[in-house]
Amino acid sequence: MTDRQATYAKVLELVEPLNKKGVAVTEATRFAQDLEWDSLTVLDFVANIEDEFDVIITMNMQAEIETIGQLVDALDKLQAG
Amino acid sequence: MNDLFSKFDPLIEMREGLLKGGVTDPFNLVMERVESPTVAICNGRRTILLGTYNYMGMTFDPDVIAAGKRALDEFGSGTTGSRVLNGTYAGHRAVEDALRDFYAMDHAMVFSTGYQANLGIISTIAGKDDYIILDIDSHASIYDGCALGNAQIVPFRHNDIEALEKRLKRLPPEAGKLVVLEGVYSMLGDVAPLKDMVAVSKAAGAMVLVDEAHSMGFIGEHGRGVAEAQGVMDDVDFIIGTFSKSVGTVGGFCVSNHPKFEILRLVCRPYVFTASLPPSVVATAATSIRKLMHSADKRAHLWENSKRLHAGLRQLGFTLGTDEPQSAIIAVIMPDLETGAAMWEALLHEGLYVNLARPPATPAGMTLLRCSLCALHSEEQVGEILGMFAAAGRATGCIS
Repeated sequence: MTDRQATYAKVLELVEPLNKKGVAVTEATRFAQDLEWDSLTVLDFVANIEDEFDVIITMNMQAEIETIGQLVDALDKLQAG
Repeated sequence: MNDLFSKFDPLIEMREGLLKGGVTDPFNLVMERVESPTVAICNGRRTILLGTYNYMGMTFDPDVIAAGKRALDEFGSGTTGSRVLNGTYAGHRAVEDALRDFYAMDHAMVFSTGYQANLGIISTIAGKDDYIILDIDSHASIYDGCALGNAQIVPFRHNDIEALEKRLKRLPPEAGKLVVLEGVYSMLGDVAPLKDMVAVSKAAGAMVLVDEAHSMGFIGEHGRGVAEAQGVMDDVDFIIGTFSKSVGTVGGFCVSNHPKFEILRLVCRPYVFTASLPPSVVATAATSIRKLMHSADKRAHLWENSKRLHAGLRQLGFTLGTDEPQSAIIAVIMPDLETGAAMWEALLHEGLYVNLARPPATPAGMTLLRCSLCALHSEEQVGEILGMFAAAGRATGCIS
């Protein structure tokens, strides 16, 4: 498994408990429109991601992240940095 | 033409749905006459005010009113200018002197509103490569201060010391950091664990800003706020406050001991590019602030009111925002907006005004009936208020 695949797998694992609608998740899945997460769910999820990968995802970065795939890319970049 | 107002359609629909049932518009009430800090006439009816933030009841203080009238006579109705041009009168200096004395701090800077104080200070001191770490439940003026500037914004879970500490540790050690906290959070009336939060912030090399809008005047031995009550005044770099709550007029301020603080008067745009407060306003504020220094008895009575209302509402069966009364705000949690609006209207018919608070202003999508007590509410009035809550609660089915 490449690093990116491992990151993707971990993200999916963290999405699952918050995926109350049972949406089939792919890299193209959007947090707001598809998963229908409200701001509090987003906060919980971001906090979990931050703790898991030991990074900070600022609100400025969150504004640019719409899909699962974009999040995986952002995490790869943060970890490389 | 693409109507720029289409984006408001969901809100327009929600309002229409709410008002269709014949409920009085909770966001359009008119105070026809105001008799005192605790009583007004609304829809021709005598109404007890329990949602005004007028914590210390200074709005009708005879000394305060006399000072305002004198300033109106001697200095006119307005300054017509910015603080850095023609808008600094003797009264503006005097109110900043009063703030320095009240907080025992070196510097005080007065803005035209509390909103502008947060907007100005936060957007100016945190630059592009700096980080602002803030509580997720922060007031709109704090978020707007972040939006006006271009710092990196890092939110953390409400009042969670560990979440704050973790985030601080992950940030680059050399980066500039501003931790933004509030003494009392205005929606639920809960107090921040400032002692621990300020300690972890300082350990990470961050500067700390505390908004004490809802605690000034009655929390802490001298009424300086939650930072004073928890013994961390010396470690707080900036305190933001307002004149529109305990002080009883309008305006905002920042006090600080930072040696370079005065430079902000030249670089802070929401301070520079707006007209200064009218002479009558700064005169009433200065008089009120000086009187608040010696108001220990009123502070004690306000706490009594808060404790009694909290215990009484709980006994009636209402769900409250905090387990114990932590401030002069008592938030009654409603099951949904419709019930909240019905209860709000039933209270108004009983002769009681409270704030109906709804998302997005509230945390976790809650609908709240927010009560803010005044030091001038009498024991009898608190008794009357509880009676009104009992009647309205039963009429709307909120309690049995």
